[in-house]
Amino acid sequence: MLGCEIFAASLSELYDKLAMYMEYPFVRHALVVGVLIALCSSLLGVTLVLKRFSLIGDGLSHVAFGAMAIAAVLNFTNQMAAVMLLTIISAVLLLRGGQSARIKGDAAVAMISVGSLAFGYMLMNIFSKSANLSGDVCSTLFGSTSILTLSARDVRLSVIFSGAVILVFVLFYNKIFAVTFDEDFAKATGTNAGVCNLLVAVVIAVIIVLAMNLVGSLLISALIIFPALSAMRLFRTFKSVTVCSAVLSVLGALTGMLIAILAGTPVGSTIVTVDAAMFGLCWGIGAVKGVIRL
Amino acid sequence: MALLTAENLSLGYESRPVVADLNFTVNKGDYLCVVGENGSGKTTLMKTLLGLRPPLSGRIVPGDGLKPNEIGYLPQQTVVQKDFPASVREIVLSGCQGRCGLRPFYNKEEKRLAEENIAKMGIADLARRSFRDLSGGQQQRVLLARALCATRKLLLLDEPVSGLDPKVTEEMYRLIATLNEDGITIVMISHDIDAALRWATHILHLGNPLFFGSKREYLQSDAGKIFGAGRKEGASC
Repeated sequence: MLGCEIFAASLSELYDKLAMYMEYPFVRHALVVGVLIALCSSLLGVTLVLKRFSLIGDGLSHVAFGAMAIAAVLNFTNQMAAVMLLTIISAVLLLRGGQSARIKGDAAVAMISVGSLAFGYMLMNIFSKSANLSGDVCSTLFGSTSILTLSARDVRLSVIFSGAVILVFVLFYNKIFAVTFDEDFAKATGTNAGVCNLLVAVVIAVIIVLAMNLVGSLLISALIIFPALSAMRLFRTFKSVTVCSAVLSVLGALTGMLIAILAGTPVGSTIVTVDAAMFGLCWGIGAVKGVIRL
Repeated sequence: MALLTAENLSLGYESRPVVADLNFTVNKGDYLCVVGENGSGKTTLMKTLLGLRPPLSGRIVPGDGLKPNEIGYLPQQTVVQKDFPASVREIVLSGCQGRCGLRPFYNKEEKRLAEENIAKMGIADLARRSFRDLSGGQQQRVLLARALCATRKLLLLDEPVSGLDPKVTEEMYRLIATLNEDGITIVMISHDIDAALRWATHILHLGNPLFFGSKREYLQSDAGKIFGAGRKEGASC
């Protein structure tokens, strides 16, 4: 009985704490933007995993890191737009080169990603006027609190871009499916696979720049890959996997953010930890389902 | 008029020709088998016919009102497809994608066409199942149904029976033969010269010597004498 009361008391204490945080507009903004970003990032995860492009997120996010450093050094007023432009260009080059390039997919990704990481850090080191350089770098790499410090303009931009990503995905869902499943067939029967791949590249770049705010550049791949892999343990059709991965991603981001706010842990790594735990759970359920079916 | 005419076609990679001066025609209702050793350019020819890669020289002329995107294609399966989470219905429906143009979703007629082809391939009971849970033969039927959604005229089949056991192989060949009897022109790449001689009406032999003609002519040709030695027309395997 006593245990129960203590539990109820601590629960209501938690609730009060949460309610207090919710009073702040920046917390509400963070939750809305976080959920939208999580939703977007999960959509293309299935496609990327299946096309063996799981690490593209990693590569591009390092490019985005480099671009961020450049934008910071040059004192651009609208950093997000500049970063997005550079990342989109790299994404197009990487995904397009995928089939015919001299340097094959994973090597190209590795090259561009470590190159821009090193370049970015060096730029920040040489030109930064900040007193806390390692803090700055750490926050760009791991996200730390940047989702909670978004400016009103960043929030607006994030919402607009997320909306655009979701719209493009829904409109091109059938084409993306056809091209992911069998690019040659799609091309031969008159689908413009080139345009479709270009679109996927642009959308991924947009997602990555958005997601940098949520989890930082080093952890973005997790946001893209984990929900898709979890959903693939549980479901076996493209539509159900896509829907499930979107739901899991939103749940993971929401849970992660709430835990981070209440427990004071870093936002990005908390979300990724929740995603990883969810993957473990889905893997277990999938294994049990498999045994039952056999 | 011929459905497809190849004129002085040269195929190869990076200007190194594998096949040179290839001439052949495919008429409506033909069942053409492309045979030849590994590396003789069979798959390259297929990709060129599909418009996926340009020929080094020469050209392919479609005729008889055949539009370039009206060719159905049964590719060899890729590693990606082996664990792709997609239902049979989703995959067959994706064969209609070429008809959609810029329209984002499938319309009623396309959905009906998909159901029809699923039924025609005898996989109606599998429509909700996941592709990766099916056997090799069932997967080929799904891909064939998808190809039929893209065409009513010409089917290109790339090694349609590779990896199938003898019983399923026989069923697959019979199925393809029924499609041919329904008026669909077939172009098939095959390793299996016995099957080619049994089912095809025409043979294209890539390699040295190059040969194109009807099955009867093939058996009397030099190439046919080497590769089809001891086999009679219509002999079963």
